[in-house]
Amino acid sequence: MDFAAILTTAVTAAIGPVAASYALAAIGLNIHFGYTGLLNFGQVGFMLVGGYGIAISVSILGWSMWVGVLVGIICAIVLALILGFPTLRLRSDYLAIATIAAGEILRLFYMSSYAEPVTGGVYGLQQFADEFYDLNPFPPDRYELGPLTFGAPDLWIMIVGWGLVALGVIFVYLLIHSPWGRIIRSIREDEEAARSLGKNVYWYKMQALILGGVIGALGGMVMVINTQSASANSFDPVVTFFLYTLLVLGGAGRVFGPVLGAVLFWFIVIGFDALLRSMIAEGLLPFLDPGDIGAIRLSLVGLGLLLLMVYRPQGILGRREEMVLDAR
Amino acid sequence: MPDDVKTSAFDGVVAEPGVAKPDPILVADGVTRRFGGLHAVNVGHLEVQRGAITALIGPNGAGKTTFFNLLTGFDRAGSGRWRFDGDEMSRMSAYRVARHGMVRTFQLTKALARLTVLENMLLGATEQRGERMFNALLRPVWGGQEKANTARAEELLERFKLIHLKDAFAGTLSGGQRKLLEMARALMVQPKMIMLDEPMAGVNPALVQSLLQHIIDLRDEGMTVCFVEHDMDMVMGISDWIVCLAEGEIIAEGRPNEIGANRAVIDAYLGKEHGTAPAEETS
Repeated sequence: MDFAAILTTAVTAAIGPVAASYALAAIGLNIHFGYTGLLNFGQVGFMLVGGYGIAISVSILGWSMWVGVLVGIICAIVLALILGFPTLRLRSDYLAIATIAAGEILRLFYMSSYAEPVTGGVYGLQQFADEFYDLNPFPPDRYELGPLTFGAPDLWIMIVGWGLVALGVIFVYLLIHSPWGRIIRSIREDEEAARSLGKNVYWYKMQALILGGVIGALGGMVMVINTQSASANSFDPVVTFFLYTLLVLGGAGRVFGPVLGAVLFWFIVIGFDALLRSMIAEGLLPFLDPGDIGAIRLSLVGLGLLLLMVYRPQGILGRREEMVLDAR
Repeated sequence: MPDDVKTSAFDGVVAEPGVAKPDPILVADGVTRRFGGLHAVNVGHLEVQRGAITALIGPNGAGKTTFFNLLTGFDRAGSGRWRFDGDEMSRMSAYRVARHGMVRTFQLTKALARLTVLENMLLGATEQRGERMFNALLRPVWGGQEKANTARAEELLERFKLIHLKDAFAGTLSGGQRKLLEMARALMVQPKMIMLDEPMAGVNPALVQSLLQHIIDLRDEGMTVCFVEHDMDMVMGISDWIVCLAEGEIIAEGRPNEIGANRAVIDAYLGKEHGTAPAEETS
C-alpha cells in the first residue's frame, strides 16, 4: 500500500479550497454557537444564499461577479433578519428549529422546477466565476509544494480562500476581545444577567446572527467559486453537522478552533477515504466495495463526534475548566 | 445605629398600606399580574422613599419576586403604571429599565460563569464605546474608557473583598462570593436604585453580616436600596421601612418596630390562628 500517496491526498484536502470554505463557514458558526450561544442548525443555508448570490447574479442577471459577492452578503443579512426577528426573543431552542427548517426549505426551493429559471433547478448553475480566475496572477502551470502539486487555478482559490480565513480569524479575535465581545459572551452565559445590566440582548444576538451568517455566506462563495458550479444538493443539511463536528473538534469558543478543526476534519475524512480505497483495491476488505465508502465515511464522522463529546467535549484548543463551568 | 438620620425622613409617615412618602423615587399604581386564576400581584399604591433601605417582605408565594420582576421589566404587568425618578417605566423592557438607573440582582445568582470576575464587573459599565460592533475593532477608540472602567471595577472589587479573585472565572466562586459579585456588578451600572432579590439567600452566616453592612454603606452613600427577603430577622436590623406583601397585596407598611408588632404581618407569617389556617394556606 502506498502510504505516501494516501498521506499526500489527505494533506492536499486538508489545505485545499474546500477546507478553506468549511473553515470560513465554521468561523461564522463559532460566532453563533461558540460565543453567543445561538443554536444555528442551518449554517448551510447561509452558505447557499452566498453561493447562489454569485451564481445567479452572473449567470442569470449578467452582472459582474463582484456585484454577486455583494448580493450574496445582502442575502445572508436578509436571511439572518428573517430567522432572527421572530425567534431571538424566544428560548434558544426555537432558533434551532427555525434554522434547521430554513436550511432545508432553501435547498428544496432552489432545487425546485418552480425556481428553475433563476436557480437552474436540479442542474444548478455553472461557469460564473471566470472573472475571479481572470485575476489569477499565476501563469498556468503545475506548482509543487514539496510532494504536493497544484494547478494554477487551485493555487489561486486556495490563497484567496485561506486569506479570507486569516482575515476572519483576525476579525473575530479583535471583536471577541472587545466590550462588544464581552456582551456576546455574557449572552451565552446568561442573557437575563446581561439584560439586567442594561444590555439590549436582542439586538446583540441579531448582530451576532448576521455577522456569523455573512461569514458563512463567504464560505459558500469560496465553495462555488472553487468548482465553478452551484448546485443545491451540495448544500445538504449534513454540511451544517460537519461544521459542528469540526468546530467541536477544534474547540468551540476559541478563535483558532474552527480553522484547526476544518484542517483536521478534512485530513481525517479524506485520509480515511483514501486508505479504505487502497485497501479495497488490494483486496484487503473483500466484504466492501468502493460504493460503500461514502456511507462509511459518514458513520465515521458520527462516531468521531460521539467520541469527542464523551472524551474531549472542549475540543483540541478548548479549556477543560471552562467546560466544567458550562451550566447550560 | 447609623440609621437615625435616615429614619427621620419617615417622621410623620403613618404606618399604613399605600401611604405617601416625603420624597418618593418610585411610585407604583394598580400593578397587577395574574398567572391563570391566581392573582400573583395586586398592588394598589406603593411609594418607595429615596435614599432609604426599603424591605419587601412576605411569606413564600406572596408575590415579592414577581412584583420585582414587573418593576424591572423582566415580566409584563397585566395592568398598572409606575414612575421611577420622574420617568414612566411601565411596559419598558428590562435593559431600558436598567439604563434608567433601576438595577436588580437575582434570587438565584446569575454570575456569568465563563467570564472572569473582572469581566463580569466590566460588563456592568454603561455607555461603552467599544460595545458598538465597528468601534470594537478599533481598540484606540475604547481603550481609554476600558482603563477607567477597569480602575473603577477594581475599586469596587476591593471594597467587596473580591479583588484577589479578579482573574478567576466567576463560575468558580462560592455562593456567597457570587452574591457579592452580583451586587458589585450592579453598582458598576451606577444605579439610582438597586433592587436586591433575596441577597442573603444561601449565604453563610459570617458573610451575611458583611453583606448587610454593604447594604447599609450603600444607603449611607445616598443610594436607594430595595430588597426582597422573607427572613424577618434579617430585615428588622437594617431596614428603614418595611413593606409586607401577602397573596400579592400590600397588607402592611411601617418602620421595623411597627411591623414587628403588626397583627396582619404576624398572621400572614404564622397563619391565622386556630384551625382555618392550614386549609387556606397557599404556597
